[in-house]
Amino acid sequence: MSWESIAPLLREGLLETLGMILPASLISYLIGMPLGVLLVITKKDSILPRPKFNAVLGAVVNFLRSIPFVILIAMLFPVTRFVMGTTLGTRASVFPLVISAAPYVARIVESSLLEVDRGVVEAAQAMGSTTWQIIYKVLLPEALPSLINGAANSVTTILAYTAMVSAVGGGGLGATAITKGLNRGRKFYPLMYAASALLVLMVQLINVTGSRLTKRLDHRIR
Amino acid sequence: MSAAAPLIEIRDLKKVYTNAGGEVVALNGISLSIGRGEIYGIIGMSGAGKSTLIRCLNRLDTPTSGTVLIDGQDVLRMDKRTLLQTRRKVSMIFQQFNLLMQRTVAGNVRYPLELAGVPRKQADERVRELLQIVDLGDKHDSYPVQLSGGQRQRVAIARALASDPEVLLCDEATSALDPMTTQSILALLQDINRRLGITIVLITHEMAVIRQVCTRVAILDGGSIAEEGTVDDVFIHTRSVAGKRLFGILANEDEPEENADIPALRVIFDSADIGRPVISSLIRKFQIDVNILAADVKRVGGKQYGQMLIEAPADENLKRQIIDDLTRQGLKVKEVYPK
Ligand SMILES: Nc1ncnc2c1ncn2[C@@H]1O[C@H](COP(=O)(O)OP(=O)(O)OP(=O)(O)O)[C@@H](O)[C@H]1O
Ligand SMILES: [Mg+2]
Repeated sequence: MSWESIAPLLREGLLETLGMILPASLISYLIGMPLGVLLVITKKDSILPRPKFNAVLGAVVNFLRSIPFVILIAMLFPVTRFVMGTTLGTRASVFPLVISAAPYVARIVESSLLEVDRGVVEAAQAMGSTTWQIIYKVLLPEALPSLINGAANSVTTILAYTAMVSAVGGGGLGATAITKGLNRGRKFYPLMYAASALLVLMVQLINVTGSRLTKRLDHRIR
Repeated sequence: MSAAAPLIEIRDLKKVYTNAGGEVVALNGISLSIGRGEIYGIIGMSGAGKSTLIRCLNRLDTPTSGTVLIDGQDVLRMDKRTLLQTRRKVSMIFQQFNLLMQRTVAGNVRYPLELAGVPRKQADERVRELLQIVDLGDKHDSYPVQLSGGQRQRVAIARALASDPEVLLCDEATSALDPMTTQSILALLQDINRRLGITIVLITHEMAVIRQVCTRVAILDGGSIAEEGTVDDVFIHTRSVAGKRLFGILANEDEPEENADIPALRVIFDSADIGRPVISSLIRKFQIDVNILAADVKRVGGKQYGQMLIEAPADENLKRQIIDDLTRQGLKVKEVYPK
């Protein structure tokens, strides 16, 4: 295969992949972030103790996280068809991606927020902050470096999921590597290697950006 | 001050923690009155309930029963809104400073002003003023991690002052600091108390802190008040076992103590307001050498307390003169003989 024939296929795969991870990450955070905050603040000794709610939410999140992604996609077929109108293609795969990633994001956000010193939260309470003020003026800003780092991990995970989506009819670089590369025989192996390399490159890029940003935003180190 | 209603009134406060292992009675019926403008010390051993008590004052902890009145308002029964307003009038500083690590010094001090909705420009001005008060004008844009412990506590104090509080609660505010830094923080607290008229409730397990700045003190022991009163009184006439254990000194003249092995005079400093150094004036007046055998004299609020054992002169006449002279200065003198 010549580079001239590989390049357009790669470009198409890349755009499809971006078309999945961008909305999937965004929506996963829109859902996962508030869930993560709720998981933290409703704990027994936290600022809005609701132990029963916390236990239920924790159980739901754990349940969704324990289902292997490939199986989740299959399980979700009927729901996906109902929500997205189809079970095939890039757009349809965003739905199972979100269902799988949002709980993951919730746990990542939770663990970042739990790093915030209890004493600092207590000081904010003593100053007369409302629950909402503690969330957006204390918990989130104090955990920012850790949240960014967690976001890099989440996006990497979502990227890995998108590669699996191709197994069930989704597009993206994963599909480029497997359906257009591997499955079409030895002659198309270069396409598989190129698509895989591009995926690896993307993971690297996300991680490097993440850790650079984390370092720059962390004022807890001199 | 005594005639006016107390600023803080605590009545029969109880706090029982229930956990897996059973019940812990942290506060067992505390009643206290703290007057406006006082620096009120609460001292006790670890686990005595000091933190629990101070945290009940702004309802960071919810007592099991009892009443806390601040400025006549019932803290434990007020609604959420009123509680938040009250907390802005009752500031708090902590042993671990508890600064926002992702905010600059100025950002930390601005925090309470943001809560109060003070316009940004006005807030910035106030932040500068506050940083001047705590002598940190040059650290405006530093992050807490770049500061020493003492400087961090100063930031915490500036932040606590930002909401123009009436009360400042200090939970072991100097316990993480070295002695020198402790001194400067205590001096700052005293200054704030005098200049801004802020009532201070100060928790500590160090007697030195109480002696240096407090007007009154309560000794907490096992969730109850062992004794309470002016610092002078509690220090001189320590009645409770907990108090004697805490002070760990012979503050009481009746207390047994080892006798000298030569004839000696025990000079007792009992709140005597002596401006001059007693011993050096003895030396000058009588042209003698004064041999100090033992001394345990402390200054409390500018007065001297404690006792000193000096060698008695062999000359009976000279001894009488010295005793007379010291007695005239308001000191108690006792003759001590070896057994
Ligand atoms: N959240 C809690 N759950 C259970 N028991 C608690 C809790 N907080 C405090 N206690 C118990 O209440 C008692 C008083 O604790 P408190 O922290 O008020 O003591 P303290 O005088 O401040 O001690 P220290 O000088 O060590 O800070 C202790 O026996 C402690 O174990
Ligand atoms: Mg304590």
